[in-house]
Amino acid sequence: MQMDLRTVAIKPLRQTFDHVARRLGADKPASRYQEGTLDLQMETNFHYRPLWAPEFEIFDKRRTAIVMADWYAFKDPRQFYYGTYTLARAKLQETAEGDFQFVEERGLAELLPDELRQLAMEMLLPLRHVAWGSNMNNCTMSDYGYGTAITQPCLYQAMDQLGIAQYISRLGLLLGEPEDLDAAKAAWLQAPEWQGLRRYVEDTLVLQDWFELFVAQNLVLDGLLYPLVYEHFDRFLACRGGPTLSMLTRFQNEWFAESSRWVDSCIKVAAGESAANRERLEAWCGHWLERAQEALTPLAARVFTDGAGEVMAEILEQFRQRLTKAGVGGGQ
Amino acid sequence: MDMKASKKKLGLKERYAHLTRGLDWETSYQKMDDVFPFDKFEGIKIHDWDKWEDPFRLTMDAYWKYQAEKERKLYAIIDAFQQNNGHLGITDARYVNALKLFITGISPLEYMAHRGFTHVGRHFRGVGPRVACQMQAIDEIRHSQTQIHSMSNYNRHYNGMHDFKNMIEKVWYLSVPRSFFDDAVTAGPFEFMIAIGFSFEYVLTNLLFVPFISGAAFNGDMGATTFGFSAQSDEARHMTLGLECIKFMLEQDPDNLPIVQKWIDKWTWRGVRVLSLVGMMMDYMLPKRVMSWQEAWEIYFEQNGGALFKDLARYGITIPKCVEQVTKDKEHISHQVWSTFYQYGGVAAFHTWMPSDEEMDWLSAKYPNTFDKYYRPRFTYWREQEAQGKRFYNNSLPMLCQTCQIPLVFTEPDDPTKIAYRESDYQGEKYHFCSDGCKEIFDNEPEKYVQAWLPVHQIYQGHCFKPDVDPTAPGFDPLAAVLDWYNLVDGQDNKDFNGSEDQRNFAAWRGMATRND
Repeated sequence: MQMDLRTVAIKPLRQTFDHVARRLGADKPASRYQEGTLDLQMETNFHYRPLWAPEFEIFDKRRTAIVMADWYAFKDPRQFYYGTYTLARAKLQETAEGDFQFVEERGLAELLPDELRQLAMEMLLPLRHVAWGSNMNNCTMSDYGYGTAITQPCLYQAMDQLGIAQYISRLGLLLGEPEDLDAAKAAWLQAPEWQGLRRYVEDTLVLQDWFELFVAQNLVLDGLLYPLVYEHFDRFLACRGGPTLSMLTRFQNEWFAESSRWVDSCIKVAAGESAANRERLEAWCGHWLERAQEALTPLAARVFTDGAGEVMAEILEQFRQRLTKAGVGGGQ
Repeated sequence: MDMKASKKKLGLKERYAHLTRGLDWETSYQKMDDVFPFDKFEGIKIHDWDKWEDPFRLTMDAYWKYQAEKERKLYAIIDAFQQNNGHLGITDARYVNALKLFITGISPLEYMAHRGFTHVGRHFRGVGPRVACQMQAIDEIRHSQTQIHSMSNYNRHYNGMHDFKNMIEKVWYLSVPRSFFDDAVTAGPFEFMIAIGFSFEYVLTNLLFVPFISGAAFNGDMGATTFGFSAQSDEARHMTLGLECIKFMLEQDPDNLPIVQKWIDKWTWRGVRVLSLVGMMMDYMLPKRVMSWQEAWEIYFEQNGGALFKDLARYGITIPKCVEQVTKDKEHISHQVWSTFYQYGGVAAFHTWMPSDEEMDWLSAKYPNTFDKYYRPRFTYWREQEAQGKRFYNNSLPMLCQTCQIPLVFTEPDDPTKIAYRESDYQGEKYHFCSDGCKEIFDNEPEKYVQAWLPVHQIYQGHCFKPDVDPTAPGFDPLAAVLDWYNLVDGQDNKDFNGSEDQRNFAAWRGMATRND
């Protein structure tokens, strides 16, 4: 049954803004994602060059080697503008909050075998610094990037990574003491098995090409690290100590599944634009993939000992499939 | 190990510090100066970033939760407003012109603020300011989008807003707010924080945001009122950040004081010039007025700002030096700016009109020293001209101030009958200014301001026509060609409100909504 409620009907003069209509190819109703994203960034008639980078305009396509005829070819498959973004994250955080509370109220952390709890802290807590590095890198992409279609989700990704850094810290405070966070930072700075990863992160912090940074951070590093930690290590812990730690890292797990969709779509669009772009992306993937493997292998070895090679091989195989789907054959 | 016994309860501050402050580290595979290349060149000295007091201890999970709740409420109201033709409840259609000014002149700047705060949110060396700036960066894209979404329905029914993004990049008067923000984001990170975080968001925000949102509330615009109120708690955070930032800079090193003072002087004046557009809006464009520009200046700057600068005096900060001139100008600028737009109404993307008798009386009462003496006679004359079918449009191109880019229309602070002109020579060229304040800003950084994209110069140089236009063709109409390049539809977007399509449509639609004929 449909009710026929009536309002005064007025014929509008137009359906949307001209810059949106030009992109839709006609004056037709546009979504909030479209009106809040398309062509929002200034492109012409800049008044002054940045004092801090006078060789560039305020927003400048020349800040990356990737060339696009139209930087709005990138679209966020999640259609995130601020409203939909915060609603999606509020939902994830509500679940996470419930999980943390549940673990806390039932004293589940205390039920974990001591050794397992120590191992979890040892492997997870330094990752708050990796997330913080990603926060900075995604800010860089949003800062130097071109076109709201891609710079907007980069800032959301940056804030997500800050959230992840904070969730890991909370996990540390739940499983241990503030001193454990300090110990994890000391390990991050000094322990041999973490130095490869720290060097990787620090080297990305000074990358000047923001699209290479996107590849090094969002595609390659996250693409190996998240499966390693939040799938394989998570399963390792769950087999030995039950689902407690899975609950405390559920945010990362669900977030990664969601954000990879966006990352893959960006790579696919950039690679599909031209052979030159594709070759460039493949070179970047090849370079950073090798480095990421090197960086993560000692960490895998710490947990999986003799089985580490197999775990890494499985992750790499999965990742190569992902690359192929995105139109990049960089895995060799 | 008995975990329960050893577990200590963390205080809020301590907990926040663990969740946020501990995240960074001193890099060693790359030099810190390469990771943070921009926070030293301005000469601001910071000795201890850990002395930064977090103005609000907001973690991301709490941020997502609060902000999502606000978004849910806001969009429910926007939906209801649109569904019920809420725009027909405004006082009268002249009000929509304030929104046109807003969406073309301000919403794109919210976007620029978003990118600017992203930049400083990446490049400050301290974690505290970095996180706070990132939160402001994401808030600012919120403001840009909620404004666009709230006004989207107005755009469907009224003219002048349909190509706001194209217009902010091209139209002559929109280069005033545009160049203001371009100036800020091209500065170093500390100057950006004084420019936007402190001067704009703290000192002047009440003169920008409050008049528009109160204006919306007074004129029955629930859409705009709602995004304004929804942004209020964000704005409160931004104000706290701006204040914390200036205090931090001043507390870190006494050498920072002269640099900060110079920026405060510069950005207060830059801000005041941009706000002359708001002054005009308050005094002339709102059918139901909130208060006069002069009253707003007195309350929000002279009283509130005065208290703020008294508070900052302990650091050696003095009140911005332009205040003496603004105190004289406050009785004039809104009338002078409206006069300008009335004359140039043919090339503006909103409608202009002469005030009614009743409105002129309001202006006389609010401006007893100036309105009747200097402005009423001019407006009365223009009304007579209009009544005779000779509505005055000025078709010449005015000279623009090299710094603020407003046409040279403001008068000498001590002689309201004489236009103020200033000039400077730089590398063999002459540059023109509307005021001592703008000349001084130029003289301090001429290499920056000579780059300005001045709309009038650009028109004369032939850069403001569509590519296929031939200016040498017989009968070429340069003005029409410029409007075409602006995508400003002659006869719809511009000229007098009287006789406009907006006026006709609103009357017809309101009739449909309130009568049965």
